[in-house]
Amino acid sequence: MSTTAPTPHVLAQVSAWRGLPGAAIAMVAVVAVAMLAPDQGYILNILMQAATYAIAVVGLVVVLGYCGQISIAQAAFMGLGAYGVALGTVDYHLNFFVALGISVSVAAALGLLLGVASLRLGGHYLAMVTISFQQILTLVLINWIPFTHGPDGVRNIARPMLFGIDLTRGNTYLGVCLCAMVLVVLAVWRLKTNRLGRAMQAVRDNELAAGTCGIDVFGTKVVAFGISALIGGIGGGFFAGGFRYISPDQFSFAESIVLLTMALLGGVQSPFGAVFGTGLLVILPEWLRFLRQVYLAVYGAAVILIMVFLPDGLWGFVDEQMRKRARPVEGKVPPLPLLAQTGGETDEVVLDVRGLAKHFGGLKALDGVDLAVRRGTVHALIGPNGSGKSTFINVVTGLYTPTAGQIFFGGRDITSLPPHQRNRAGLARTFQNIRVFRGMTVLENVMVGAERVGNDVAGDAKAVMLRALAALDFVGLRKDAHRLVGQLSYGHQRYVEIARALAGSPQTILLDEPAAGLNMTEKVEMGQLLLRLKGHGLTILIIDHDMNLVEQVADHITVLNFGRRIADGVKKDVLTNPDVIAAYLGEPRHEAA
Amino acid sequence: MFLQLLFTGFGIGAIYALVALGFVLLIRAASVVNFGQGEFAMLGAYALVIAVNMFHLPYWVGIVLSIVVMAGFGVAFAGATYWPLRNRGGLPVIISTIGASIFLENMVLVLYGPNSEQIDGLFDNPGFDIGPVFVDSQYLSIIVVATLLVALQYFIFERTLLGKKLQATSQDKEMASLLGIPVAMMILITFAYSSALGAVAGILVAPILFVSTGMAALIALKAFAANIIGGYGSIPGAILGGLALGVVETMGAGYISVPYKDAFAFLMLLMFLMVRPQGLFGEKISEKA
Repeated sequence: MSTTAPTPHVLAQVSAWRGLPGAAIAMVAVVAVAMLAPDQGYILNILMQAATYAIAVVGLVVVLGYCGQISIAQAAFMGLGAYGVALGTVDYHLNFFVALGISVSVAAALGLLLGVASLRLGGHYLAMVTISFQQILTLVLINWIPFTHGPDGVRNIARPMLFGIDLTRGNTYLGVCLCAMVLVVLAVWRLKTNRLGRAMQAVRDNELAAGTCGIDVFGTKVVAFGISALIGGIGGGFFAGGFRYISPDQFSFAESIVLLTMALLGGVQSPFGAVFGTGLLVILPEWLRFLRQVYLAVYGAAVILIMVFLPDGLWGFVDEQMRKRARPVEGKVPPLPLLAQTGGETDEVVLDVRGLAKHFGGLKALDGVDLAVRRGTVHALIGPNGSGKSTFINVVTGLYTPTAGQIFFGGRDITSLPPHQRNRAGLARTFQNIRVFRGMTVLENVMVGAERVGNDVAGDAKAVMLRALAALDFVGLRKDAHRLVGQLSYGHQRYVEIARALAGSPQTILLDEPAAGLNMTEKVEMGQLLLRLKGHGLTILIIDHDMNLVEQVADHITVLNFGRRIADGVKKDVLTNPDVIAAYLGEPRHEAA
Repeated sequence: MFLQLLFTGFGIGAIYALVALGFVLLIRAASVVNFGQGEFAMLGAYALVIAVNMFHLPYWVGIVLSIVVMAGFGVAFAGATYWPLRNRGGLPVIISTIGASIFLENMVLVLYGPNSEQIDGLFDNPGFDIGPVFVDSQYLSIIVVATLLVALQYFIFERTLLGKKLQATSQDKEMASLLGIPVAMMILITFAYSSALGAVAGILVAPILFVSTGMAALIALKAFAANIIGGYGSIPGAILGGLALGVVETMGAGYISVPYKDAFAFLMLLMFLMVRPQGLFGEKISEKA
């Protein structure tokens, strides 16, 4: 292992200090702006609204932009924060920041609760549940008069003191709001390039693949929504202090739509886009006063037009330019520890499948299949179309629940574990129809694989990046590290999937038809890659039609037909087995014999 | 009181069921989660109001016009929100239907103002008594029409070639198109039908709820909840979920609290999501690995 290698400059992207200098400069700048702003009046109000709304909109970046789940209740979470601060300071005489802390916790807790209820299923459930929640909250704010003051709203909300600074003045308070905004932007910007943020984006781009990369899909979605609710609460809390008067209509469904439009227009992938979109939509309506009557209709139409013509928002152009300017990643990195990952020297059975059955209604896709993969071997599972190969791999990796049978991995019964826990146990896979994370770069895709729970580098951001680069070196895609994975050719996307699996140092890799859809040249290259993996002593279960490829790499072959195992043994025996030949080429015609 | 509430609940539940039905058909045919479903009902009701109150056309002409216009509108809606985004996955289409819903609601608000409109019922006779229950003629019409429509839909789907083609499209678009079924046409037909169903619901409910822009979100929300309660993607689930929701919220309003009437649907929805997320009939849609 070379230790004298120059450190790649991309490591700055995972530095613990990233963004801090920029945030410090931004803080100084916004405080200066606040000091120059008037003490009260129209301009101050506009700035105050922009700052507090921007915080809430940045919350949407986390749930919608990063995690791909639609929340239409961001105004409701703002409302929780705002009413918490208002009622806490006015009726219960709490300190402003104590009230803010309580109300933000309530917002986050309710977010987590709604998330747990609705996120186990598809994204549209969250959309429906948040719309309902939004309506209910408005009903409660209007009707629970003894507690919320009802439709009249809450007046005379006090602004606080902080470290001896009197924030009751408009512009000092604005300074605090803007600083809070900068901190929230910093946190969300950093989130995008850390482990949790990558997990969210992986979930957004492909839930199935995220699960088989060791990501707890449900948990990640719930956390994303909780964070977004929390940030919404922060925005609302500062909003209440800023305007000193709040009422239920400020946190209605219509406002949630306004917040959503701000996020989509600016660009929901980036907190900067969110702030930009908020600024535009706070200032524009003031200029376009003639739209007052129809502004919500315009927002509605804008949402459709943005989705069709500007899916990444205005900030999408900036991100695109930055990706184009990204320098290639130079510098040597330690190679993949390929031999270390097989987990031992002996050739004992690693993956042991017994009597596995999967029935779809009356169709027996798998009907009592036994299969044992030994450490350090390349085991091929072959069979004609519809013989149950893909079903087999889907059951083994936890995407389907078996009708009967057991699966042991490293001696442990994994039959009832969810996909992400099987991956954490050391079982990685690729997909026949490629499942990469299209919204992420090649490097980020492979980093998701490297930081799976249970990998030796997981948790150390720098080591994860070095491991991902090493995996890219292995498949020869280092030069494309900063490209979006969707821009790569089909064959190269398949390499990204393999690199993603390798980076996680799995004990066993399941390759689902790695040569499917490749042209002749690509197939030859794939064969060479597989031979290199074999040469490193990896444990591989490969599924394929391509007999050429199987003959090149396999030590041991199992043949399936109609969901049953018809042959199993070393390569030479299986390929000359008459049953196998019959399954592939058809029965010889007896009358001709 | 109980029987009276049950009758009213079934009537309002039938409205939810009709809208939920339109919703579920779009999910099945085009995998579109349409957040503009409530607007179909609202626009249908407004079309009737315009025809009858403004142009003084006979009531039945108003009904036919509203349904026909709304069927055409369904196609236009598909063209704006679904067609340009159809190859970009579920999320962009969902967001664009949300945008469409906001746009439509507020355009009507701009053009028609915030005041709600009143319109007469189908029959002059307000209703009759059966024992302790007052059978309101409008509620009775709702239940009868909804039942007939469900029966008609069943007949079309199970007994006609068009129905078979629609079913094939919803089950496997690729296979359907290989068999020569014009899949795009089938999807447009589904949009038109879904929108017309919404219009019928809007027409039927118009005399009961005043016609206003607020009715769209109200009805859509209940229809969504009905779908989840019944089982996402399930047709009998949508009907049963709608009825159940109507009864529960009418009972809740009758026995517990009127201002929180709309909260009962939400509570029921949350309860189902916690305890039985697959709904009464089980989720019918899952991703293929």
